[in-house]
This record gives sequence, structure tokens and C-alpha cells, in this order.
Amino acid sequence: MIKLENEGTESTALEAVVVRFVGDSGDGMQLTGTQFSDTSAMFGNDVATFPNYPSEIRAPQGSLYGVSGFQVHIGSIEVSTPGDNVDLLVAMNPAGLKTNLYAVKPGHTIIVDTDSFTKKNLDKAEYDSNPLEDGTLENYRVIEVAMSSLTKEALRDVQGLDNKTITRSKNMFALGMVYWMYHRSTEHTIDFFKKKFKSNPLLIEANTKVLNAGYYFSETLELIPNSYTIAPAQMPPGTYRVIMGNTATAWGFLAAAEKSGLELFLGSYPITPASDILHELAKHKHFGVKTFQAEDEIAGITSAIGASFAGDLAITTTSGPGLALKGEALGLAMMVELPLVVVDVQRGGPSTGLPTKTEQSDLLQAMYGRNGESPIIVIAASTPANCFDFAYEAAKLSLEHMTPVILMTDGYIANGSAPWKIQSVSEMAEIKNNIVKQAEENWQPYNRDEPTLARSWAIPGTPGLEHRVGGLEKDGTTGNVSYVPENHEYMTKIRAEKIKRVQNYIPEITAEFAEEGDVLVVGWGGTYGALHTAVKQLSDEGYSNIGFAHFNYINPLPKNTGEVLKRFKKIIVCELNSGQFAKILKINFSGLDPLQYNKVQGLPFGNDELVQKFKQLLA
Amino acid sequence: METTAQKYTFKDFASDQEVRWCPGCDDYVILRAMQKALPEMGVKKEDVVFISGIGCSSRFPYYMDTYGMHGIHGRAAAIASGVKLANTDLSVWVITGDGDSMAIGGNHFIHVLRRNIDLNMILFNNKIYGLTKGQFSPTSSVGQKTKSSPHGNTQPPFSAGELAIGAQARFFARVAGNTPKEMTQIFVDAEKFNGTTLIEVLQNCVIFNDGCFTQFTDKTVREDKQLHVEHGKPMIFGKNKDKGLVLNGLKLEVVTLGENGITEDDLLVHDAHEQDPTLHQMLVRLQYPLVTGIIRSFDDVTLEEREDSLTEQVKANSNFVKTDDLFFSGETYKVD
Repeated sequence: MIKLENEGTESTALEAVVVRFVGDSGDGMQLTGTQFSDTSAMFGNDVATFPNYPSEIRAPQGSLYGVSGFQVHIGSIEVSTPGDNVDLLVAMNPAGLKTNLYAVKPGHTIIVDTDSFTKKNLDKAEYDSNPLEDGTLENYRVIEVAMSSLTKEALRDVQGLDNKTITRSKNMFALGMVYWMYHRSTEHTIDFFKKKFKSNPLLIEANTKVLNAGYYFSETLELIPNSYTIAPAQMPPGTYRVIMGNTATAWGFLAAAEKSGLELFLGSYPITPASDILHELAKHKHFGVKTFQAEDEIAGITSAIGASFAGDLAITTTSGPGLALKGEALGLAMMVELPLVVVDVQRGGPSTGLPTKTEQSDLLQAMYGRNGESPIIVIAASTPANCFDFAYEAAKLSLEHMTPVILMTDGYIANGSAPWKIQSVSEMAEIKNNIVKQAEENWQPYNRDEPTLARSWAIPGTPGLEHRVGGLEKDGTTGNVSYVPENHEYMTKIRAEKIKRVQNYIPEITAEFAEEGDVLVVGWGGTYGALHTAVKQLSDEGYSNIGFAHFNYINPLPKNTGEVLKRFKKIIVCELNSGQFAKILKINFSGLDPLQYNKVQGLPFGNDELVQKFKQLLA
Repeated sequence: METTAQKYTFKDFASDQEVRWCPGCDDYVILRAMQKALPEMGVKKEDVVFISGIGCSSRFPYYMDTYGMHGIHGRAAAIASGVKLANTDLSVWVITGDGDSMAIGGNHFIHVLRRNIDLNMILFNNKIYGLTKGQFSPTSSVGQKTKSSPHGNTQPPFSAGELAIGAQARFFARVAGNTPKEMTQIFVDAEKFNGTTLIEVLQNCVIFNDGCFTQFTDKTVREDKQLHVEHGKPMIFGKNKDKGLVLNGLKLEVVTLGENGITEDDLLVHDAHEQDPTLHQMLVRLQYPLVTGIIRSFDDVTLEEREDSLTEQVKANSNFVKTDDLFFSGETYKVD
């Protein structure tokens, strides 16, 4: 049962709503958005979030490039993207309004802090005249609130607060207003204050006061004509929490370490947007996690190779430029056939590119960015929550097949958050390993397991199994250096075959919505939410001839890939690059000539652009 | 590190691989010294790991019947750091050369020393790139003619010890490539030292840089040209044991015993354990005499010890034992 907080006022039921909070990078927009999405998730809504912030930590106040935003999509239906069109924009300053107005659908609502629309701020936002007065916003429902003054007023009786603290808490006034509009309780956020400001009761009092002031202001305000309800979504029963993609990735490795009985070692060098995985794992020394912040990307991966040689579950985390630096070492890991997971949280490239923006342009680098022929497993997560599953899967495949695995995520799913149905480690798939516990007769380091071709893993400290590995070509059995021409060709083939055989251990690909038909939409990795939503919309509209196949396994591809592709007349590969996965499909399936839909703007796909494109194809 | 009652001989540490260095190379001396030193260390064979980079010296692990990895150029120190942090019971050795450690691997070299991870590094310094057939290295002298400096090298060299101590090395030793007895003892002492050790071996390259250290290491001159320091002993050298070092202002000075009333009591007494590296740096820089032996050996907390105690502390204050405890903690909600 939905308990309405403000029974009696006129309220409209909505299926889903998109709210975007924007302001200066110091305005606390990330916190405000996170609170709104957490509260909504706890209420039972499905949620998807997307932070959008500048790479400058504190860009000049009021400037256009210093705008920080946080978008939340909540729904009583399945929500798998943060949404492209904004139903409610909360703009804390003119620069925020200017840079985000494009996303608001005409007729929808904008809340502005009128106190910030000063001449100075308007100049900084490059407005010639005040948009609140010159008709710019005449197609929108604008709620003008003197938020800064009202915040000050709310805190008049609280002694001992400095001006900075007072000004900074105006984001909570905005949050209070939004809570009222969508029938959200303030309880979760007040609990949050109690925890966050445990050592400073004054801040608990102040923030609570401002939050409540915003809430009651909306309730009594006639400017807000109605409020909206969004019923809880239908979700599989279980215990949930809202999780960010990077956190989910980190936790997937924690689970894999526990399940495999190995200690987790992370060698890493800070890089946006991957650093949060390092931050998260660094917290968990209580599980025996070893995090080693290395001197550079190369030491990040090579220390992990050392840890793997010594018997740890070893991982390294990075983003595009870092993956480039790790290339040579990744070749070593492949050559010595040790388990290792490399996480590439993709960002806009090439070179330094767009560090805080999202893209899928590292795919070919992950596949081929090494000298010589050096195949490794490449998999990709597709939602914030399933970063957990694919981190676990990456560790499992790497240990069971004795090979490096690249796990690809991207800035969009890594920083986005969504409800995660918590999995208990006891219910997760077993993880085997290839460790040789004691000396066996005729043991050789390159003895292989027949079905997987994984070599055995003898760990220093084990008597009688002393052996040497290295980057020089190895003899196929002993692992000693070998320059024999036939052996090199044999080893090249074995290394390729070993990765190919992984096909026997991964799920087949399925086409959703239609098993055969006119158009198959193909995607991979972090674009799942956008593509799924678009195809589902068409399917709901009655199109029965469009299917959707989304790939999490890139190398090797699922065994039945060719067969599924054949069942459709047209294939359109959609990706946030110029067509890298399309290339991979073409290499693998001769004669295949897929259509492409590409976007390289540092931004995720929007729903409307996809729907429009697919409709054209179906016409 | 666990010690063993089992007695090994040097043969136990020789692998079945044919050694492929040039005849007459000092690398053979180093290999033999290591195979002789290991039985004296009391470590178990299965606990010994050799990690190397790329270069002539880096073939070393293949010739040792222990665990080993021949890594990639310059990265041995980083690989070894991971090995040691994964299993602190292991005796970890880095084998590297002057190019491997101070050119392509310079970053890892300084950072491993700074962190003080309990591992040992043997730097084979022959002032040349051997395996790539004779280019100048970061320790080559100015004016040195090599394949890549046919008219003479214009890049001033690093001194390995100076760089290492500048990077906070707690242990630095230098030994000539033709003194196996001293070398063996230094390897044993390095293993006993708790922290990162750097042993610079002055190694002759018979093909590309023959005689590069002869002025200090030739049998006919070495007693007069080298001062082999020992902790707690006065700094005496010379065939006749009549030369010594004193401190004159901020400079080291060579004096002759018996001249100007100088006696042994006036000489500097080597204190390898001193935390302040000033005098150690002066000894490292000295060209006459060239100082060999353990120049610096300052006992300090290792990275592993810091990490271990922090981990114990975090564990003691945490309610999380299993990952489920974390996953189900904090803000969760139920959907029925």
C-alpha cells in the first residue's frame, strides 16, 4: 500500500519521472540527487541515475563550465536509463538553467533559486537579459523560489552557524520541495544527516530544518498546483540496495575472492573514472584485501602479475589511457598464462580525451592492443548493478581458464546507480582454480587441463614445483625458453584455442522481443538500458518484427551468435564509437554487413533518437 | 621467513638450463655466489623467488632451480613488490641491470626503495647495454664511445648508490664482480636485513665494455683502490693497510697512517646503521678509494609491517567478517 504523505491535495499518478538537479560544482547537487534516488528506491521505485560533472574540482563559481548536474529517473515501471527528457529541472543558478534547459520538455516544470539570478551571475552565464523576465521560459511551468533567503530565514534561530554553512544548505531546501512534489518522506535523508554529522549536532539540526522548510514551503505554496505519485515498481522479491556501478564492480571481486578462497590483490594507479573501485576496495582491509596504489599504471598491472604468480586473485583497474600503458604487461600475463583481471572503465578518448564523459571506444584496444598475437578474454558489464556479476564472472573465468580477462565498463554505468538485488555469496556459482597443491610425478608448468587448455598453477612456497616463467616463448610442456619455430606456431595456436574454448563455458546469446524478424538491434556493454528501453517501447507499440541482442561476452563471442544474427533481415549495431563492435562481427561472420548507429559525443544514447532510427528501419 | 633444518648445497639451486652468458662474463661469478649464498641463508628452496626484467642479467632466474619470473623490461621491482605483498613468507630477489633499473625501470626502482618492501635487488652494473649490443646506459661515463655514441657519450651518468640513498634506500652495498667471497657474504647479509636491499655489483662486460671497472677491480690495484667497509671497523685500506679516511670539514680525506702523527684512532669508524645518510652518500660518491661493502644498513619498518598492523587494527574494529555482512549492511530495503 502506498501511504500518501500529503493526503488531500490534488495528485496525479505517473509511471515514471525524470528529475535533474543542477548548480555550481560546490552546490552539493550530487548529494541532493543521491538522496532523492536513495529515498525513491527505498520507497520501492525502480531508479537509474546519472551524474554529470565537470573535471575541474571547483570550477569558477557561476560559470557555464562549472555546472554540476545529477539526473534521477524513478518509476513504477522498469527503469533502465536515467532518461533523456527532464520532467523537472531544479536550477540553483543561471548557468545551470542555461546549460540544461535543452533537456526539459516544453510544458514541464523548472524550479529556480531566484536569489541567484543576480546581474553578476547572469553575466557569468552569458545571459544578455534575465531569462525569468524576458520570455525565454514561457513554454515552461516555472516555479520561482527565493531559496537562499528562505534558507537563511529557516536558520534564523539556529545559533552558531557561519554564512558559508547557511548558503550551502540551500540544496536541502530544494530537496525538501521535490520530496513534497513526489510524495517522498524526508525520513531517510534525516537519518542520513544523523549519521553524516554525528560529531556535529548543529549541522544535523540545520540541515533538517532547511529540508523540512522546503517540504512545508511546497505544501503551502499555491505556486505548485499539484503533486505526483509514482507507485512502487514490480520487482522480483528480495533484499535490495541502491548501488553505483564502480562499487558493484569492487564488490563482485570481494565476492569472487571469498568464493575462491583466495586473497584479493589490487594494483592500481588513480585515473578517472576508475578510481572509485580503488577507493572502495581500500576500505575493506577487514576482508584481507590488499590494495597497492602503485607509482604508475605499469606498476599497477605488473605488481598484480607478481601477486598472481604468488597465488592471489589479482586485479588492476584503469581507464583508456591506462589500458594503453598496461598493454605490454598484459601480453606478459597472457604469455605466462596467469589469472588476472583488468578493469577498463571507459571514458571519452583518444589520448586524454574526455575524462568525465562516457564512450565505448576502447573495444578494439582491449581486443588487439598488444604486440604479437595475444588473445585474451574480453567481457563487458551492461548496467550499474550487473557490474557486480561481471566482475565476479571476470574473476571466475580468469581463474578457471588461467588467462587475463579484460572487464569493460564505462563512465556511464560506473557512476550511475540502480537498485541491486543483493546476492549472498553462498548462492553464487562455484569458482574452481588450477592450483597444484603438491608435487606430482612428471609435473610440468605447462601441463594443460584437457577441456579448457588451462595450465596448472604452481605457487611459490610449494615444495618440488619450483619453475620459471617469463615473456620469452616457452616450450609447450616445460615452459623453458624455446626458439623452435614449430613450437612457436604451436603455442600461438594453443593460446588462441584456449580462449576459443571459453565459448563452452559462457551463456548463448538470445534475441529479446522477437526471435526472428526484420530488424535486430545489436549492442554491447553499457548501452543496454537505452537500447532495451527503445526496443521495448516499439514492441509495446505493436512492432513484432524487431528484436534485440545485447552482448556481454565479446571475446570469445557466444557460440550461437552467427545463428541468431542470421534470423533477421537487417542488423543494426549501435555503439558509442564509430563502429568497433560492428568490425568485430564482420571479422567473425563473413558476408555480414550490418548497419550502424554510432554516437561519439561523450554522451549516452537518448531514447528518442533510438526510437526514431529504428522506426525508420522498420518503415 | 620460515627457516629450515634442511641442508642444501649450491647444486640444489642450479637449474638444468645451460647457462648462455659470454665466456668470461662476471655474471657467472654472481650466479655462483648466489648459489653458494642460498644454502647459508637458511631459507627453504621453495620459498625463494627470483624476478628479473630484461637484459643479459635478467636471464638469471632461468639458471636458478627456484621459483622465478623473467618479466618485461624495467618492471622487475614492481612485479617483485606484488609477489612479496601477496606472500610475505617468500624470499624475493630482483635481478636487474643498469639500463633495466635506472632507465626504463627508473620509476619502479626509486619507489620500491622508498616503500621499503622486504626484498633484495641485485643490480648488475656494467655501464653498457649488453643484450641490445652496446649502447650507452644511464651509468655510462661522459665521453664513453658506444654504438649509439660513436663520438662519445654526452649524457652524465647516475651513481646507483647516490640515486638509491636519495630515494630513501635503507640498505646499499657495492661489490666488485671479481670478489665472489665478499659478494656471497653480502647476499647473505642482505637476506637477513629486514627491508629493501640494493646490491650494486660492478660487473665487467667482456664484449662491449671490457675493463670498465679495471682501475678499481684489477687484482694488482684493488687493495690500493678499494676501501671495503665493515660496520664498526675503522676505514682502512691499501696493500699495506696504511691508508685511511678522515673527515676534514665537509669532505672525506685520504690520510696515511704514521704520517703527520695520524694513528688508527683518528680514522672514521664505519657506522652503516646510522639513520642520517649524509656520510653514506659521501662514501658512495668517493672515487678514491672506491668504497665497497655494506655502506648503509639502517633498520626501519617495512611496508608489509605497516600494512599488516593496519589490517589487524581494521579487522579488530570491524563487524564485517564475510562479504555478506557488508552487502546486507546499511541502507537496504525489502521487496515482497
